[in-house]
Order: sequence, then structure tokens, then C-alpha cells
Amino acid sequence: MEPTVSFFSGFTLNDLWFLGEAALRTMWISALSITIGTVLGVLFGWVLYEGKWIATLTVAPFLDIFRSVPLIIQLVLFYNFAPIVGLNLDPFASGVVILTIYTAALVANVARGGMEAVPAPMRRAARSLGMTYWQDLRHVVLPIGGRAVFPAWVGVALGVMKDSALVSVLGYVELLKASQILITRTQEPFLILTLAGAFYFALSYPISRYAATLERKWAQ
Amino acid sequence: MIEIRDLHKYFGALHVLKGINLDVKKGEVLSVIGASGSGKSTLLYCINGLEPIQQGHVTVDGTDVHARGTDINGLRQKLGMVFQQWNSFPHLTALENVALAPRIVKGKSRAEASDIARKQLGHVGLGEKLDVYPSALSGGQQQRLAIARALAMEPEYMLFDEATSALDPELVGEVLETMRMLAEEGMTMICVTHEMGFARDVSDRVAFFHQGVMEEIGPPAQIFGDAQSEHTRKFLANVR
Repeated sequence: MEPTVSFFSGFTLNDLWFLGEAALRTMWISALSITIGTVLGVLFGWVLYEGKWIATLTVAPFLDIFRSVPLIIQLVLFYNFAPIVGLNLDPFASGVVILTIYTAALVANVARGGMEAVPAPMRRAARSLGMTYWQDLRHVVLPIGGRAVFPAWVGVALGVMKDSALVSVLGYVELLKASQILITRTQEPFLILTLAGAFYFALSYPISRYAATLERKWAQ
Repeated sequence: MIEIRDLHKYFGALHVLKGINLDVKKGEVLSVIGASGSGKSTLLYCINGLEPIQQGHVTVDGTDVHARGTDINGLRQKLGMVFQQWNSFPHLTALENVALAPRIVKGKSRAEASDIARKQLGHVGLGEKLDVYPSALSGGQQQRLAIARALAMEPEYMLFDEATSALDPELVGEVLETMRMLAEEGMTMICVTHEMGFARDVSDRVAFFHQGVMEEIGPPAQIFGDAQSEHTRKFLANVR
């Protein structure tokens, strides 16, 4: 009898390295999207806060679309239809674009809430000291409102980090995609998904710990 | 000098100030009394341009507050204001609360701004609380912090909008004491107040507002002893 050909091979230390690299890619795509998305989100949040009817007609519906359509649909649609309008983006860039807009849409409402949390008399007091509108915004509204909604923002950021797993459908080898590749080869889904989960946890936990420390510091 | 001429203010259809004429000279302490809703707080907001006006003029040292092209942020540095709600910035220590505006509005260095803040906090009796956050201060201390914050801009006028109304009764005294000290130092002050004792003892003149009209103005002795207007007498009889 011929020796059987082995299609599958066991989990090795190299595979752990492979997962680690993928975790770095998850971290990278998340960090980029969350950072740019937060900046844009605060900007949109300010437009919602100040813009009144103009914002209701423009920014608000645009953000609603990205908040309401499942991320996986946005990713697939964008990745496949962007080339039609001449945008040839690789899976990473497509992922960043969609995750960024998605983050911005979520952060916009958080940011608006934060700005609304600053009482009007506080702003009047700032203006009465001779501060301009922008000084008041920069030194009073953003720090006070930012602290009020910081926990909500952390929630958004951690959510986006986990949702970045969906970029795997475009073929970008981040944690989830890397796990799928290894599962196919080793046939050990239990072990590998547990490891992947541990990596996600290792990425999230320091952030939530650090956030808790900041909140404690601000609460004094 | 603050000159107010034929000032009319509306909130929508509501006619809040109905043609106010008033001059406040340098060094003068004016108390404004009257029932809630008589327009006395709105008057202060109109003086430093926090509320737009619909008719008339407010002039501070010759500058029309509401004219187009007036540098309102520059003008407000002359007009310190203390509010009923003290509005301390919760994310900053007492020192930083006071140092913020001198630094970002007047462009002072961090060290200069801190020196000013230290001096003003000492002035209002908070020299021991420099690094404390407002949440750890009592209402009276926070109100004195607000006074120090306004003084740090080296204003020429101070506007007090019911500075003691939101305080627990036992904390009113320390804030009134600080206001009295400023008056004795020669600060020009307009105090909207419900503290009749303060109005009587500290002010040079007292103005009584009734339904958007300045019914009567005069020295404390006249207003409290020999009021000309029926409304004034009625109001004073009720608050005593």
C-alpha cells in the first residue's frame, strides 16, 4: 500500500509567530482607522452640534447610512465597486477607508453628546473672560465634553478593533484571516480560535485598563 | 465709564428691558435690586455683549459694545463677570482655572500666568488651595475662585450676577466679604443682588428694577429709607 499523502500538519511554534504578526496587522489597521476616524468624528460631531438644519440635511443622513448598514456589506461593496470609479485600493486601504468612516460615524454622535454635556453657562463664563469661540471650544468644551463621553468613546474604539476582523473577507491577513488559514491547515479550530481570542484580549485589555486609570484620575 | 442709553432687549416677543438709561462712573459701586424676571441679570449680559440688544446703546469707556466691528473679546477683558452658578472649569485645578485666560487670551507665559493666578487666589483667600480641583471646594470657595478668575484679567469693571443666590446660607458671608473688599479697593462694580444688607452698606447707589423698567435709582439711604416709587416700597417691604 502506498503511504498516505499528508494534507494536514500540526500546529508549530512558527504558527504562533504567524498569528502574532497578524495581531500586529489587526492593531495597525485598527489604530489607523480609529485615530483618523476619531478626528473626523469629532469634526462631524461639531457640525452636528453647531450646524442645525444644514447638518440635518447633509452630514446626518450620510453618517446614518454608515452607522446603519452592516460593516461587512460596506466593506464588500466598497472593495468591489471602488475600482469602477477608478479607485484601485488594496484590501488594507479599502479596510482603512471603510473602518475610518464607520468609526467617524459612531464617534460623531458621541462627540456631539459630549459637546452638549457642557452647560451653556460654563461657555458664557469662558466667553466673559474674553475667550474667542475657538478658544472656548479648544480649552473648555472639548476637554470637559471629552471627559464626559470618554467611556463611550473607548467602547467605540474597542468595538471597531474587534470589527476590523471583518476586513478578512477582503483577503487582508489580520488575526481572523490568519486563524482561518491555520485552521484549514492544522484542523485544530479549538486551539487556534482560542489563541486568536487571546490575542484580541491582549490588544483590548491594556486599553480598557488605561482608560479606567484615566477615568479615575479625572474623577478626583 | 459705562453709559447705557435707551436700551431695549427682547427675548422673542418678551420685552425684557424697556428703555434703560444709566451711567456708572469709575470707582462707583451700583447694586441692582428687584424681583426675579425684572430684567436685572439681562442688563449685565447686555453690558458685556453676551446678549445682543434690539435698540439703544451700551458704551464702555467710549466703545460701543454692540457696534459692528467692536473687538468684543478685547472689551470683555475690561469687564470681569461673576455668575450665579460659579462655573469653575472642572478639569483644571484652582490655579489653572485662574491662569487659563491670562495665558490664552492675553498671551502671558505659563510662569507669568501662574504668578497672576497665585496672587489673585491669595487675594480672595484661596492661597492654600492652588492645586485643588473645584470638585473638592465648597460653593463659597468656588465662587471666590470665580472672582479670582475674573480678576486675573485685570478688569476695570466687575459685574456680579446674583453671585450669592446659589450658595448655602452659611457660605454667603465669605463671598460678600470678598465683594466688599473689592469695593473698598476702589473697583467699579455692578452687583445684581438679593442681599439687601450688602446693597445698603456697600453701594454708592442702588437701582430698583421692575418689569424691565428702572423704576428708581439713588443712594441707599433714599432707596431704603425714602423710596419714591410705590413698587420699590412694596418690594422692599416683602423682602424684609
